Amino acid sequence: MQSWLPVGGPAIEVEGLSFRYGTTEGRERMWTLDHLSFYVDAGEILGVVGPNGSGKSSLLKVLSSFLPAGEGEVRLGGLSLGKRSQADIARLVAVVPQEYTQVFPFTVAETVLMGRFPHRTARWWSIGIGDETVNDLDCAHQSMIDTDVLPLADRLVSDLSGGERQRVMIARALAQEPKILLLDEPTVFLDLQHQIEICSIVRRLKEERGLTVVLVSHDLNLASQYCDRILLLKAGALFRLGTPHEVIGVDTLRAVYGCDVLIDRHPESGVPRVTMPSYVSTTNVRDHM
Amino acid sequence: MTDLASSWANAGAVLTVHRWVTVIGSLLLACMVVLMLCLQFGATSVGVETVATAIAHMVRGIEADSTSLGTSEIIMVQIRFPRVLMGFLVGASLAAVGVTLQALLRNPLADPYVLGVSSGSALGVSVGILFGIGSTLMLLPMLPLFGFGGGLLALLLIYRLAQSKGRLPIHSLLLAGVILNAILTAFIMFITSIMEPNRSAGLMAWLMGSLTAPNYPALGIFLLYVVFVLVILMHKAQSLNMLTLGEETARSLGVETEGIKKQLFALTALLTGAIVSVSGMIGFVGMVVPHAVRLVIGSDHRLLLPASALVGGMFLAVADTIARTIMAPAEIPVGIVTALTGGPFFLYLLLWRKDRML
Repeated sequence: MQSWLPVGGPAIEVEGLSFRYGTTEGRERMWTLDHLSFYVDAGEILGVVGPNGSGKSSLLKVLSSFLPAGEGEVRLGGLSLGKRSQADIARLVAVVPQEYTQVFPFTVAETVLMGRFPHRTARWWSIGIGDETVNDLDCAHQSMIDTDVLPLADRLVSDLSGGERQRVMIARALAQEPKILLLDEPTVFLDLQHQIEICSIVRRLKEERGLTVVLVSHDLNLASQYCDRILLLKAGALFRLGTPHEVIGVDTLRAVYGCDVLIDRHPESGVPRVTMPSYVSTTNVRDHM
Repeated sequence: MTDLASSWANAGAVLTVHRWVTVIGSLLLACMVVLMLCLQFGATSVGVETVATAIAHMVRGIEADSTSLGTSEIIMVQIRFPRVLMGFLVGASLAAVGVTLQALLRNPLADPYVLGVSSGSALGVSVGILFGIGSTLMLLPMLPLFGFGGGLLALLLIYRLAQSKGRLPIHSLLLAGVILNAILTAFIMFITSIMEPNRSAGLMAWLMGSLTAPNYPALGIFLLYVVFVLVILMHKAQSLNMLTLGEETARSLGVETEGIKKQLFALTALLTGAIVSVSGMIGFVGMVVPHAVRLVIGSDHRLLLPASALVGGMFLAVADTIARTIMAPAEIPVGIVTALTGGPFFLYLLLWRKDRML
C-alpha cells in the first residue's frame, strides 16, 4: 500500500462527524452535517450526491479542513485533521473548487506552479525569489500534460473558457502531488464534450496515480457512471452508501428527492441510469413526502 | 531537466533570481536618476554639481553651517533633500499598502485613500494632535500609532463588508468606501472645529496631503516604520499570491490564512498610520501605481511588491516636484497633483475597463 497510509487502512475515515454554521448561543441551528460516519478506500472514487442543501459542499469543506468539524473526527491516513498543519494537509489533499474567479492577471503556468507552494521549504531569511526547484517545474509540467493544458501555459487564466479553466484547476491540484482529490461539482457549467473530458481525466488519474477521489455532484448519472461508490445525503445525514447499483433505485431516490424517476441500465456499462419522467404529477410528489 | 527549467524560465512563468535582480536593479537605477532630477528643481533650480557637493557634504557628516556651504547647498541639505526623500518613501509606502490591500480584498482597484483607511488614520492622528501628541520630539514617534489605531478600525470595517459574500463587487466596495470616508471626514471636521483657529488651519493644510519641510528626526522615524513593514510584507509575498486566489483556495494550498490576514491588517494599518501622520491624505498612488506595474510585469507579488514600491516612490517624488515648482515660489499640496493624475485614470479603469476587474 502507499507509504502515507497505515497498512490496509482507508484513505479517509469520517467518524460521527457533525457540523453546523454559526454556533450562536441560545438559537440552536440545524445540523448541516448530522453524525456522518463512513470511510473512503485508497484509490477509490466516492461520489457524494443529494438534494440542494443536503450538505454536500459543506462535507467537502470539512474534509479539506476549510470548515472545522463541530463534533466527531475526520482522519486522513489514520491521523486526525486537527493534528495536522495546514501545509501538511495541503500535501495530502487538493481541492478543485466549483467556481473560480481569477481577478488578477496570473498566467496558466504561474497558477499551476502555485500548487507547489505546500512543498516549499521556507527558510526564515528567504523572500521566496527563485524558490522553484527543478522538481517543482517537472511536477507542474507533468500535471499540465496530464490535463492537456500545456499549450495554454502563457495564457491568462481570466481569458480561458470554462472547460479550460476547470482543467487548469485540476492541473494545479495535481501539482500539489496529493493523495486525495476533492472535486466540487466539476462539470456543473460545462457542455457535454467538456463533461466527458473532465470525467475521463479524473478516471485516468485514479488509475495512473492511484488517487483517492471524493466528487460532489448533482448529476446522478455522472456519479453512477464514474464513481466506485456513492454516498447519498439527505438533510445532512447519511441516507445510503454503496455501489451505484445499491444506491440508485426508484424507492431510494423517491425517499430522498421526493419525486418519481425512471431507472434503466446504461447501454454500455450496465450501471443504473436515471431519467426524468415525461410528466410529473405534483400530487404524487406530495403523497410521498 | 535543465532544459525544462530553462524553457519555463524563458516563458517567464518562473520568477528566477536573474529576472528579479534585473527588474529591481534597473528600477533602482531609474530611482537614482529621477531623485537626482527632482533635487535639481525647485523655487531655485540648481545644477547637478551643487546637488553632488551637498550630498558629498552630508555623506562626510559635515554640519550644514553657513561657513562651509553656499546658500544653495544649505537649501539642498536642509530643505530639498529631506523633502525629496520623504516624497519617495511616502510614495513607496502608499504603493506597497495598495498592493497588499488589493490582494487582501481581491480587488485590483483597492486603495487606502478611496476605501477610507487613510481617513481612519487621519482621524486617529487628528485626535492625537488634539491632545497635543506630536508637539514635542519625544512624543513624535507616537503619532503614527494613533494613525495605526484609526486605520485599523476603518480597515476591519471595510473588510467585514467585503467579506460578506466572499468577494464584494468593486462598485459595492467603492460605495462602502465613499460612505466610510464621509463619516470619518465628519469626525475630522468636528475636531478641527473645536480647535483654536491657528492650529486647525495647520491641520487642514496637512490633511490636503503635503510634504512640506520634514525634519531629519521625522524622516528617520518614518524610515524605521517603512523598512520594518516592507521587510515583513516581502516575506508574506508568496502568501499574498495565494490570497488573490480566494481564501478557501489559499487554505487548501497550505496557507494559514487566519494568521496571515491578521498580520497583513496590522502591517497595512501601521504603514498607513505612519504615512498619514507625516503627509496627510495623498490619494490614488496606491491604486494607480500597482495597476500600471501589474500590466507590465504580471501579478507575482514577490516582484510586484518591491517594483510597485520603487515606482510609487518615483511617482510621488516627481508629483511633489511638480507641486513645488508649478506655481513657484508658492506651493500647491501634492495631494492635488496625485488626485488630478490618478483620479482620471481610476475613472478610466472603472468606466472603460470594466470587463477586467468586475
